[in-house]
Amino acid sequence: MSLNIIVLAKQVPDTRNVGKDAMKADGTINRAALPAIFNPEDLNALEQALRLKETYPGSKVTLLTMGPARAAEIVREGMYRGADGGIVLSDRAFAGSDTLATSYALSAAVRKIGDYDIIIGGRQAIDGDTAQVGPQIAEKLGLPQITYAEEIISADGGEVVVRRRIESGVETVRAKMPLVVTVNSSAEPCRPRNAKCLQKYKYAAVPSEVASDEEKKSFIEKRGYLAIGEWNAADVEADLSQCGLAGSPTKVKSIENVVFTAKDARRIENSDEELEGLVKELIASHTIG
Amino acid sequence: MTDKNNIIVYCEYEDGKVADVSLELLTKGRQLADRLGIKLEAVVAGAGLKNVEKQILPFGVDTVYKVDDDRLSPYTSLPHSSILINLFKEIQPRIAFMGATSVGRDLGPRVSSALHSGLTADCTALEIGDYTDVKNGTEYKDLLYQIRPAFGGNIVATIVNPECRPQMATVREGVMKKEVRDSNYTGEVVDLDVNKYTRPEDFVVEIIDRHVEKSKVNLKGSPIVVAGGYGVGSKEYFDFLYKLADTLGGEVGASRAAVDAGWADHDRQIGQTGVTVRPKLYIACGISGQIQHIAGMQDSSIIISVNSDPNAPINSIADYVITGKVEDVLPKLIKYYKKNSK
Repeated sequence: MSLNIIVLAKQVPDTRNVGKDAMKADGTINRAALPAIFNPEDLNALEQALRLKETYPGSKVTLLTMGPARAAEIVREGMYRGADGGIVLSDRAFAGSDTLATSYALSAAVRKIGDYDIIIGGRQAIDGDTAQVGPQIAEKLGLPQITYAEEIISADGGEVVVRRRIESGVETVRAKMPLVVTVNSSAEPCRPRNAKCLQKYKYAAVPSEVASDEEKKSFIEKRGYLAIGEWNAADVEADLSQCGLAGSPTKVKSIENVVFTAKDARRIENSDEELEGLVKELIASHTIG
Repeated sequence: MTDKNNIIVYCEYEDGKVADVSLELLTKGRQLADRLGIKLEAVVAGAGLKNVEKQILPFGVDTVYKVDDDRLSPYTSLPHSSILINLFKEIQPRIAFMGATSVGRDLGPRVSSALHSGLTADCTALEIGDYTDVKNGTEYKDLLYQIRPAFGGNIVATIVNPECRPQMATVREGVMKKEVRDSNYTGEVVDLDVNKYTRPEDFVVEIIDRHVEKSKVNLKGSPIVVAGGYGVGSKEYFDFLYKLADTLGGEVGASRAAVDAGWADHDRQIGQTGVTVRPKLYIACGISGQIQHIAGMQDSSIIISVNSDPNAPINSIADYVITGKVEDVLPKLIKYYKKNSK
C-alpha cells in the first residue's frame, strides 16, 4: 500500500555559531544574521520517510516548512535526497510565532494538503529545543502521536509499528494511521544527496524566488515537478488572530546575557610541581581519594 | 480567569513510585503557592495508585487528584492528555508544572494546545513577578516567570503568559531541589472516574513491547564528574577523561557540543537539555562554558577548568583554572593521584 507522507522540516539558525547581533530588540531571533541549516532531527525524520517510500512503492514524500522564502533551500535539499516535493508556508503574519502559533499555522497547511497517512518531523529544533510543535500539531488535527521515535518499523494495513527510545529504555508501540511521529537523533542519519535527484531538482524553486526571471519562471512552469509550493496565511485559511505574535500566549519578557558572579579562581600552572600540589590539596581536603 | 486558582503538578508514577522530578516540582510549587497565598494540588494517573498520596502529601499538597485504571499504565499520550485537559477545564489552575521527561514533553504540548495556553520547556528557574506589556501598557501582577536558557544556550530568556491559563512549564529532573514540607501534612484525596475524563478512542495507541534498560551512566549520583567539551579535540582524546574518571572513581560527562560531535553518548550530556549534576568535584575539560551547560553544573562544590584558552567563560565560575591542553594535563593528574593516594 502506498503512503502519503508529510515531513515537517525547519530551517534553523546554526546555534553553534552565534554572534552578538543574533537577537533583535523585541527578544526574537534575528535569523538574517545567522547561517541557516536543515534542522538535524528533521533530517532523521526525512530518512524515516524515505525508507517508507522504498518499502511501500508509489509512496509520496512532501516536505512542509514554515519560514521566509529562503526556507525553500531546505525543501530543495530534501528533494535532492529523495523527497518528491514540498511547500513553504510563508507570511509576515507568522512572524514572532511561539510554538502554539507555529503549530496552528502548520496544522492549517496540513489540512490544505489534505491527503496524508503519516506526518513525520524531528523531535525538536536546535534553536528552541522545545519539542512542542509535533505534539501540538497532532492535537490540533485530532491525531494520535508517537514521540521519541527511533524507527518506523512498518506501516501496513492502516497501522504503524514504531520503536521509541525514551529515558527508561525502548518501547515498541502500534497505532492507527493517520498520525504524527516525531523522530529522535538516535534514529538512522539521513542519506546524502542523490546525484540523479540533484540533477532533476536543481532548478526547483518557489514562485517568489523566480518572480523577476521570466526565463526560469517559464522553465519551471513547463516542468511541474520543479514547482515548490508557496502558501501564505490566506492560502491555508488561517485565522490571523491565532498567528504570529497575536496568536502566541507566551511573551518574551526579557533576554539577558548572563554575567556569572566570578569566583576567585586559582590559576594553576601546567607544570609537574603545581599539578602535583593541586592533587595533594584535593586529597587532603577529601575531595578525591 | 481568576487568579485565586491554584498550582497543580502532574506527577509521574511508575512501579509504585512517584518520579523524583515530580517531587522536585511539588517542592517548588509549594514555595510559589506560599508566595501567592494559594493551594498546591497534584494529579496522578496510572495503575495501582492505592496509597500514592502518602508519597505526595508530605510535600505540602492540599489536594491530590487520582485516576486509577490499568489502561493508564504504562503512559500513553491520549488518555493522560484527556485527563489533564478535562481536569484543567474544570478546576482552572493558575499554574501547571510537569517534568521535562519523555512523558512530560509528550503530554505538556498536547495539553497546552488543547487549552490554548502557553508552555515553556526545560525551565531552569521559576519565579513570581510583575509584567508590563510594552505595546499597550497593560500591567500584570504576580505572573509566573519561566526562565530558561534559549537559543543554544547563548542567552537566558524570561517568558511569561500574561493572558492564558494555566501558565505551564516543564523542568528537567535534578534542576529543582526535593524537600519534604511536613511528613504529617494533610490534604484532600479526590478519586476521579477514568470514564468521565477519557474517551474510549483515547486508548488507540497500544504498547506491544517494552524493554526497560537501566542507564549505564550514573551522572547524577556521582561525587566526581570529569566532563569534556569541544575543546577536547577528538573522540580519541576523550579516553583521557575516562582514564581520569576511572582513577578518581568518577563518571564522564560531556557538553552538548561534544555530544553533537559524536564523541560522547546522549546520556552523558550535562546542561539544560541534559542532566543536572551537583558533584563534589567537577573537572571541566575543554568546555568553554555556554549558559546552557553551566545551568547543569554550576552548583558543583569544586570546579576545575582545564582549558587551553585562558579566557574561557567557564573559568569565571571555576575554583581552579589550569591553562593547558587536555591530553597534556590529564595524564599528569592521573600520575600524581596514583603517586599520592594510598
